[in-house]
Amino acid sequence: MSKRIEAKNLDIFYGDFKAVEGVSMIIEPRAVTAFIGPSGCGKSTFLRSLNRMHEVIPGASVKGELLLDGEDLYAPAVDPVNVRRQIGMVFQRPNPFPTMSIKENVLAGLKLNNKRISAAEADEVAEEALRGANLWEEVKNRLDLPGSGLSGGQQQRLCIARAIAMRPSVLLMDEPCSALDPISTLAIEDLIGTLKNDYTIVIVTHNMQQAARVSDTTAFFNIAGTGQPGHLIEMDDTKTIFTTPNEKATEDYITGRFG
Amino acid sequence: MSTATHTRQAPEDDLALVPAKPRIGDKVFTGLSTGAGIAIFVILAAVALFLIAQAFPALTSTPEMLQSRGYGPFWSWVAPFAFGTVYSAFWALVFAVPVAIGIALFISHYAPRRLASGLGYVIDLLAAVPSVVYGLWGANTFAAALQPLHAWLATYLGWFPLFTPPASGTGRSMLTTSLVLAVMILPIITSLCREVFLQTPKLHEEAALALGATRWEMICMAVFPFARAGIVSAVMLGLGRALGETMAVAMVLSGAGVIKFDIIGQQNPNTIAATIALNFPDASGLRINQLIAGGLILFVITLAVNMLARWIVRRRAAFSGAN
Repeated sequence: MSKRIEAKNLDIFYGDFKAVEGVSMIIEPRAVTAFIGPSGCGKSTFLRSLNRMHEVIPGASVKGELLLDGEDLYAPAVDPVNVRRQIGMVFQRPNPFPTMSIKENVLAGLKLNNKRISAAEADEVAEEALRGANLWEEVKNRLDLPGSGLSGGQQQRLCIARAIAMRPSVLLMDEPCSALDPISTLAIEDLIGTLKNDYTIVIVTHNMQQAARVSDTTAFFNIAGTGQPGHLIEMDDTKTIFTTPNEKATEDYITGRFG
Repeated sequence: MSTATHTRQAPEDDLALVPAKPRIGDKVFTGLSTGAGIAIFVILAAVALFLIAQAFPALTSTPEMLQSRGYGPFWSWVAPFAFGTVYSAFWALVFAVPVAIGIALFISHYAPRRLASGLGYVIDLLAAVPSVVYGLWGANTFAAALQPLHAWLATYLGWFPLFTPPASGTGRSMLTTSLVLAVMILPIITSLCREVFLQTPKLHEEAALALGATRWEMICMAVFPFARAGIVSAVMLGLGRALGETMAVAMVLSGAGVIKFDIIGQQNPNTIAATIALNFPDASGLRINQLIAGGLILFVITLAVNMLARWIVRRRAAFSGAN
């Protein structure tokens, strides 16, 4: 279920503007990989290119190769829609569909696949996903109420449940806790620790302590200046990055000298 | 801390001791906006009062009184026109709403930006055409152009109750009228829908796309549910215009006081507004009261339609995304 991602010399463009340049990395399955770096360094852009979400912006394109278990995600025959069905995503701000109930939200992705599932099966999938997102106990009595009635942290876990209900091979998280309070953040971080047993997890975060807490591998991105493309500076075991980084820029960033 | 000490030492800085300055701008604006709000009620009440007062004689006069003047009883006189009003507006909506939503979606989610703004401008221009021009075009050009369609429908689909032969020889039928009305209400529905579609939060669109929705699935999942209330209001505004449209209907429709579901025939139910316009110039006495009573019925219909729309929107308020 969980798959490995390999980027080979990936450039990402918005129209003529090169946002990210020459990223090569391997993201291991059943582990948490964190992307850190200052604002505008291209870490979110790179994350969004992993499931081709950056293509939502007109004119976006990539050069280079991006392999999911050896399969090129940007091969001409590949439909971005299918990529996104395999690689789930959780956003910065919780975004459950406001017009759907909690249960409908969880099942939204499955409905897209036009899978005909029985009501009993749907209940089962919803319960499994909500348990997986550690939300079941809190919402089991109000599955038919709107998802927007939950607290921010619960909404974010609902979004995680919605993503894992699709049984993706990779789960991308774009600053999933930046809009949440510390207690909700803790709940999500605990959840990430559990989820990595089943999924490849990639998380973008502004919070270095968070990267240190939850990730196994950390990648540091940086830019030379505004208007310049972002680069991957270094990537290593999280412990190494936070104790003995190879690059001066990484050390400066994690010790708070800039960013 | 230092500020607190400072305040204690210098009481003239204390907030409570400085008298509030009267803010003229605030007062003027409050007055203006309150006045505008009240004016709406006053105007509406005045219109309703006028209608009721003037309609009263026609509503209370006995059928014999009306019959003696050759008009027939009020309710059987007004019924076909009320029917015609709702029926023509209904068909106008049937034709206009899908097209309007389609254009709005094209502008908001499909068209390249430059084409989108041009198209939006053209649509808004349609709203600027006076209804008398639509009437002339509908009666002289469009009706004649559609006449062969009427004949075809009557010949080949005549078994269907809507297309009962004989077909109108001029094309000035309910079908033509509704199509003209549809064109007239298209701009308002389109531009309102477009605005609502454009306001769909990016977050929700991305949520759908990230789940692997195609563009159309994303629209069904994120855009339409979010825009639901807006679409209903847009449709209601269009419906309001279709119900009240006078000139174009009076010029295009060859109407009479009949109730008929056939939309291509020679005899079509006229609308209240058109009937008033056509008969008012040479009306006198009780006849005027009767026409105004017709107007009162139209007023009530529009009010009922609007309340229905509000109710539809409110029914699922918890799921509207407003919270």
